[in-house]
Amino acid sequence: MKLRHLSRISRITLLLMLLAIGLLLGGCQRSEPLPLRLTNVSGHMPDLDFRLTDDHGKAVTGADYRGKVLVLYFGYTHCPDVCPLTLAQLHVVMQRLGPLADGARILFVSVDPTRDTPQVMHTYVNAFDPRAIGLTGSAREIEALSKRYRTAFTREPGTADGNYEVSHGSAIYIFDRDGHARVLATPSAAQDDIVHDLHLLLSTGATP
Amino acid sequence: MKSPTLSCLLTGLLAAGGAHASAADHVHASHAWIRVLPGDLPAGAYVTLQNDGDQPAALNGARSTIYAEAMLHQSSNEGGTSRMSAVESLTVPAHGTAMLAPAGYHLMLMKPNKPVKPGDTVRLQLSFTDGSTLATDFLARPANAVDDSH
Repeated sequence: MKLRHLSRISRITLLLMLLAIGLLLGGCQRSEPLPLRLTNVSGHMPDLDFRLTDDHGKAVTGADYRGKVLVLYFGYTHCPDVCPLTLAQLHVVMQRLGPLADGARILFVSVDPTRDTPQVMHTYVNAFDPRAIGLTGSAREIEALSKRYRTAFTREPGTADGNYEVSHGSAIYIFDRDGHARVLATPSAAQDDIVHDLHLLLSTGATP
Repeated sequence: MKSPTLSCLLTGLLAAGGAHASAADHVHASHAWIRVLPGDLPAGAYVTLQNDGDQPAALNGARSTIYAEAMLHQSSNEGGTSRMSAVESLTVPAHGTAMLAPAGYHLMLMKPNKPVKPGDTVRLQLSFTDGSTLATDFLARPANAVDDSH
C-alpha cells in the first residue's frame, strides 16, 4: 500500500540500496575462507618454494608446479609400512577425484637422499599413482624444504648390514594452484575430508 | 583351605599341558598379505593371528626361503613424527587376536632372492617365542593396496 505512495525517485533509491547490499554480500562471499574440513593453514605457512631434483633427474623448483593443486608428503622408499600406506591412500583419494585429479599432483619428497636416487624414486612413485612425482636432492636442499614447513627428519642408527630407518614428519601439506599452503592433514585424516578439500581447491582458484 | 591346593594343581596341569601343545598349534593365521614395493625395497607383511588356546602365544618373527631377513616391527606416529622400531615379540592373548596391520605391527621383509610380484604367494614360517612355527601363505599385493581386500 505504502509502496504506491513512494515517489519514483524513492523507488530508484530503494533499488540502488538493494543492489548495493547485494554487491556487499557478494563481496563478502568472495573473501570468505573456503569451507575446508581439515586444518586450514591459509596465510599461516609460506608458499611452496624449493630447489630439488624430480624423478626424471631434472632440476625443479616450486614454481614449476604452479597451476596444479599439490599434495606434499615426506618419506623414503626403504620405509615398508607407513610411507607406502600413505601413498596408497593418496592414490585412492586421486581415484575418487576422477578427472579432476588431473589438476593435482602428489609430491613425495625423500628424506633419504643417499638411497633415493631419481631413478629409484621414479619406479617407486609410479607404483602408486601416475600423478605422483618423486623429489630428491642434497640433504641441505631437503632440509631447507622440511624446515620451511616446520618439520624434521632424523636418520636412525643402522643395523650391522647397513640398513637404517629414517624418522620423519608425517604431515600431509596441500597447496593451491598458486602455491599457497592451504591444508595440513595427518595420515590418519578421514579420506572423505581429504577428497572434500582437494575437490574444493580443484574447483576454485586459478585455472592451469 | 582346599582351593589354593586345587588352583596350584590346576596351574601345574595347565603348564604341563602347555608344554605339549605349542603356541603354533593354537594360533590360526588369516588375512595374510605382503605389500610389494618395486625393486628389492623392504616389504611389509601383515596378518591376523587368532589364538584358540588357553595360554597366550607370542610371535617373535618369521623365516622365509625368499627373504633373507624378516623382522617384527612396529610403526608409531607420536607428535607428528613417523617412526619404526624393532619389537621383541607380539602377544596373541589366550582366546584372543593380534593384528599385524598397516601403520602398526608388521613384519619387515628384506633382501628377496628373487622378484616377488603382485599375485604371488609367499610362504612364511611365523615363529613364536616357544620355538614353534606356523607355516602361512601370504598373498603379494601391489604397492598401492590399502589393505588385504582393496
